Amino acid sequence: MGYMCWSSEIAYSGGMARFAADVPTRGGFSFDLCQRNEMLLKKGNQLPTFRKTGTTIVGLVFEDGVILGADTRATEGPIVADKNCEKIHYMAPNIYCCGAGTAADTEAVTDMVSSQLQLHRYATGRESRVVTALTLLKSHLFSYQGHVSAALVLGGVDITGPHLHTVYPHGSTDTLPFATMGSGSLAAMAIFESKFREGLTRDEGIKLVSEAICSGIFNDLGSGSNVDVCVITRGQTEYLRNHQLPNPRTYVSSRGYNFLKGHTGKTGEPYIPPNPRR
Amino acid sequence: MALRGNWMYENNGGTCVAIAGADYCVIAADTRLSVGYSIYTRDYSKICKLADKCVMASSGFQGDLKALQKNLAAKHLIYQHQHNKQMSCPAMAQLLSNTLYYKRFFPYYTFNILGGLDSDEKGCVFTYDAVGSYERVGYSAHGTGAGLIIPVLDNQLKSPSPLLLPAKDAVTPLSEMEAVDLVKDVFASATERDIYTGDKVEILVINASGIRQELMELRKD
Repeated sequence: MGYMCWSSEIAYSGGMARFAADVPTRGGFSFDLCQRNEMLLKKGNQLPTFRKTGTTIVGLVFEDGVILGADTRATEGPIVADKNCEKIHYMAPNIYCCGAGTAADTEAVTDMVSSQLQLHRYATGRESRVVTALTLLKSHLFSYQGHVSAALVLGGVDITGPHLHTVYPHGSTDTLPFATMGSGSLAAMAIFESKFREGLTRDEGIKLVSEAICSGIFNDLGSGSNVDVCVITRGQTEYLRNHQLPNPRTYVSSRGYNFLKGHTGKTGEPYIPPNPRR
Repeated sequence: MALRGNWMYENNGGTCVAIAGADYCVIAADTRLSVGYSIYTRDYSKICKLADKCVMASSGFQGDLKALQKNLAAKHLIYQHQHNKQMSCPAMAQLLSNTLYYKRFFPYYTFNILGGLDSDEKGCVFTYDAVGSYERVGYSAHGTGAGLIIPVLDNQLKSPSPLLLPAKDAVTPLSEMEAVDLVKDVFASATERDIYTGDKVEILVINASGIRQELMELRKD
């Protein structure tokens, strides 16, 4: 790292920060390397990119509860990294959360809050409430000042009724009857704004959610592949993984591919197997 | 074109491929026109027939491609008036190179592949960069999906690539059917992993009897 540890008795002349070896770390991000990163950038070194989900996620409230939907494409820039990833994350038996943004961030933050909810259930002896998950998520994201790039659609049904919220990377939240997030959110919201009404039945709700996700899949390049749906009602949750598969591969070569012996060139050096008696 | 500062170009995505055979040439390009994360149209042809036995496919900035196609068509017309015949594919190749280099300091943002039959009725493919450097090869690919396609073509087309010396005749031993099958499979594969490639692929086959066109559906997501 390049920092030396000074014992706390020696005052560091020059007035800069004292490096005390015996003060415990306070957690959170350490921004010590920012100066060195900036220097490297000036020299022409590129920072590695993150995998973003480039997503369409939606949620709506229907007569018996909440329905969540998501596409299944994960992108790394212009390349599809995962054709069938899972974007609807488990939080509690009655609460699920869709995630858009950096894949690692959505996974980590939903897993963390899911654990915290479980511990809370053990401590209270009660079913988790959606507002609990909401508060845990928003306070975590706010404390990281937007550096944790997770945009979430949180939905569930608890003792107080059905709830649907959106959570933004900086920590703000909205409570809505229908919501969309991700790069395909505009395509999906166009469908919701024209066709949503209060008191949809289960089948109508699933159909509308699928339509909104499909709109994102076909009109947004960051979203694609299949439709995942999750239906949450009082006492029951149904996770419909790959509810629709509207994008089959269009052509498979009938010839197939043959890789004959000798296809890969050799240097000619003999192969010496490792010594098993070691 | 969203002019941010003075950035004059835009990448409209897409992929194009060409394979030269003993007596045919296959040229293909997808039909999706996109910008950023949006699709402008699913039905855009990136292929242009320049002469009887000469076809050009390009990826990159389609605004510049339209201008380039018009430019070449005009020059070809003048040639026909002056020489009373169509331009051959190698002649058109040189013309394209000169046209691109003419704008060396404000380039056409297009990555071109020229395909057709040469004067001996053998398949030929010429591949270009944005400013006119070109070479006759056995096969080529350009565009956002090229990185996914070229390794497969390198592996399957036992024909000489520029890497193999001494330079042999630049054509593949595959039959026309097999080459078209390979092109279809390779586009379907590129569509799976590249967000800018998809919708449809336009495949043109040039042989002694003329130019045959085929459209194949691709994933639309």
